[in-house]
This record gives sequence, C-alpha cells and structure tokens, in this order.
Amino acid sequence: MSLGIVFALLGAAIAVSLAGMGSASGVGVAGQAASGVVAEDPAQFAKVLILQLLPGTQGIYGLLVAFIVLSQIGLLGGEVASVDLPTGLLICAACLPIGIVGLVSGRRQGNTAAAAIGIVARRPEQFGKAMLFPAMVETYAILALLISILAVTNIPI
Amino acid sequence: MGEKYIYAVARIRVLEGSLLSNALIRQLMACQTYDQCLSFLKEKGWGDDETGNDAEAMLSKEEARTWQVVKELAVPPEKFEVIRCPKRFHNLKAAVREVYTEETGRTIFYEETDPSGEEMVRIIKERDYDRLPKDMRDVARDALQTLLHTGDAQSADLLIDRAVLKRIRDVGETADEEIIRVYAETAVAVSDIRIAVRAQRMKKTSEFMERAMVECRSVQIKRLVRAAAKGAEEIVNYLRETPYAGGAEALGQSMSAFERWCDNRMIRMISPQKYEPFGIGPVVAYVIARQNEIRTVRIILTGKYNHLPEERIWERVREMYV
Repeated sequence: MSLGIVFALLGAAIAVSLAGMGSASGVGVAGQAASGVVAEDPAQFAKVLILQLLPGTQGIYGLLVAFIVLSQIGLLGGEVASVDLPTGLLICAACLPIGIVGLVSGRRQGNTAAAAIGIVARRPEQFGKAMLFPAMVETYAILALLISILAVTNIPI
Repeated sequence: MGEKYIYAVARIRVLEGSLLSNALIRQLMACQTYDQCLSFLKEKGWGDDETGNDAEAMLSKEEARTWQVVKELAVPPEKFEVIRCPKRFHNLKAAVREVYTEETGRTIFYEETDPSGEEMVRIIKERDYDRLPKDMRDVARDALQTLLHTGDAQSADLLIDRAVLKRIRDVGETADEEIIRVYAETAVAVSDIRIAVRAQRMKKTSEFMERAMVECRSVQIKRLVRAAAKGAEEIVNYLRETPYAGGAEALGQSMSAFERWCDNRMIRMISPQKYEPFGIGPVVAYVIARQNEIRTVRIILTGKYNHLPEERIWERVREMYV
C-alpha cells in the first residue's frame, strides 16, 4: 500500500474529525443555553432544539467529504485504488477547508446559537429573526464544503 | 470563561421576562389602595399561598426566590459577596448587641447567612471568634469590647459598618468582573456620601466621619470630610467634581432623592447586561435588578399603607431594569 493512500485517508480523517469537533462543541454550547430556557419555560423546547441543532451541520459536511474521499480511493468498494504520494497529498489538502472551517464555524455557530436562544427566551415570537443569526455562520461552512467537494472530486485518481 | 455561565444566562433571560417593568410599576402605582397593590402583585406571581396578604412575608419570599435561583444556577456564592455581605454583617451587629444586652430570642436575623445569626450569638458569647469568617473576627471582638467598656452602641455599630464597607471594597477590587467592581465602588462611595450628609446634619466631628468612611476610587474621603465640616452646600459642590455630579442636584433636595439617583444610575450601568449572551454579568445584573424591584415595591406598599400623596411616593420610586 502506497504512502499516497495514507495521506488520502488522513484527509478524510481530518475532515470528519475537525468538523465533528466543531459541531460537538457548538451543539454542546447551544444545548446548555437551551437547557437554561427549557428549565424555566418548557413551551420553548421545539424552538430552542432547532437552534441547538444548527451547529450540528458541520459534522455532517465533514462526514460527507470523508465519504467522497473513501469512495474515490476505493475503500468503500472493496478495491483500493493505487494512489501515489502527490495525489494523496492533494486529497489531504482538499479535505482541509471543511476540516478547519468546520471546526471554527461549528464553535462560533454554537456561541451565536446560544445568543439566539437568549432572544427566544425573552421574545419567543422573534424566533424567525433569531434563527437568522446563527444561520449566517453556516454560509462559510457551506463555502468550505463546496471547495472540498469540488477539489476531492476533481483530483484524477 | 464566559462559556461557564451559558446555562445560567439563558435561564436568566427567561426570568427577566417576569421582572416588573416601568409600565407595570406605573400600574402598581395606579392601584387605589394598599390591598389592590397586594392583589396586583399576587396576579404577577409575587408571594404564595403561605404569604397571603402579608406584604413583608411576600417581599421576603421574593428575596428568597432570587437567591434560590442563584443557588440552582450553581454560580459560585463568592460572586455575590458584595451584595450579600451587608446582611451577614447586619447579623453580626445584631448578635453583638444581643450578647451585650443578654436579651435572647428577641433579635430578628436575616436568613441564609453563613454563619447564621443564632450561630454568631453563640460564637460571640463563647468568645470563640475563630469560628467566625476571617473578615468578621477582629471586628466582632472590637465591637463587643467597645460595647462592654463604653456602652456606646453607636461606636460599636460604626466599627461593623466600616468593616462591611471595607469588605465590599476589597472584594470589588479583586473581582474579575467589571459589573462587580462597579457595584462595589458605587456602594462604598454612596455610603461615604451618606455618612458625610448625616454627620453634617448631626454636627459630628471630622474625626468621626473619617473613622466611619472607607477610601474608594471615585470619592476622596479627606475632601468629602472637609466639605461636610463646612456645610451641606459644600458637599454638593464637591460631588460636582466626582462621577456623582448628576446626583449633586438630587442631594440638594434630600438624601432619599440622592439614593434614588444612585440606584437609577446603577440600573442604567447594568442595563447593557441585558444584551450579553455570556458571562456572569447578566446573572449579577438580574440579582441587582431584583433587589431594586423589591426595594421599589416596598416603597410603594409603605406609601400606600400610610396613605402618602402619590408625588411623595413617586419621588422614591426607582427605574426598572426591563
């Protein structure tokens, strides 16, 4: 097995791990805020649950990129492709955007979601507006996802 | 660091919704009678079945509820030391007097202090001062000695009052949180000004004032004492040079108008905490707001009970946090 496949796999691991860490952190932070609101006003459960889940998407994006990588290098099909070192490094580099941006945006989106949960706590009728703030952070995770997918799928193997 | 208080802040955001707003205070003031005020407060969830129509029990219940919330939020109690320590020292003052007069069981202590008022009485009786918190040991000993040797209750009280101010100042100076520092500084400065005004009215000596006051950043006690020695007008003139310049005019009217100005200033200063999503600030601000609210309701109820003219009650009504 070549060193290239190791780097390709490392790229998949980075994508899924870093983005997953970002989501876990963000969902955790928003979950604390959601618990605080539900402790006093259980009627807000559905609204705060949606806000809590928003930072969870980065983990899914990381997983998606990792799946594409595994599929590209044939690990899912059972027949591992021959990946040379430069190609492996390219795949690894292609995974970095969603890994790094997923980590940072997941955490930041968690903080923003917690603040938005504060809006719902005070003014439940402003849920729609409150949701927009953490959703803005999502933009950058989506941009990173797009670049990672485009790069991974366009590297000739 | 702020991430430690995410749960607490979110819960406080919900609770802020049940604070009395300025509009609700106007409605309370519009109630014709004392009983109507109590009914209005009950409708807003104040008190419970046990408190009934007992206003003092209702207010105590609300105070206890505030601290119960703080307890449930698992915020370290030392974060509220500047707010809570006056009650602890008040209990010490009462305990020292009880030991001196040997009139047991007649003193009403604040609840939920550590140690309790009754425990303080036992400790002082046994002269086992080491069982008191560190900041109370020396002052408890000195206050009791003063009472035993001179019988001068005012001097003993003065020692304890000064110890409270020192404690508030010291806790404030070492606090990491801006809101606690500001609260402590304002509390000490306002107390110094209050001492100066009262001492001037009672023609107390400069030495008495200096013994009672505690140095702080926003008020120079030497200048304040000099001003007080010259007269009330000089105190007002000195205040114009301090951050309390806006209150100088209020002080010209009365001490209660000045205290109202100080409370309103504090509420305006903590107001930005309503928009802080993280940190201990919103929790501390909520507690200050609740105390301000309870104080205002007490003023209104007392005014209505004593059939005071509406303008006289309005003069003392504080601005609300929400």
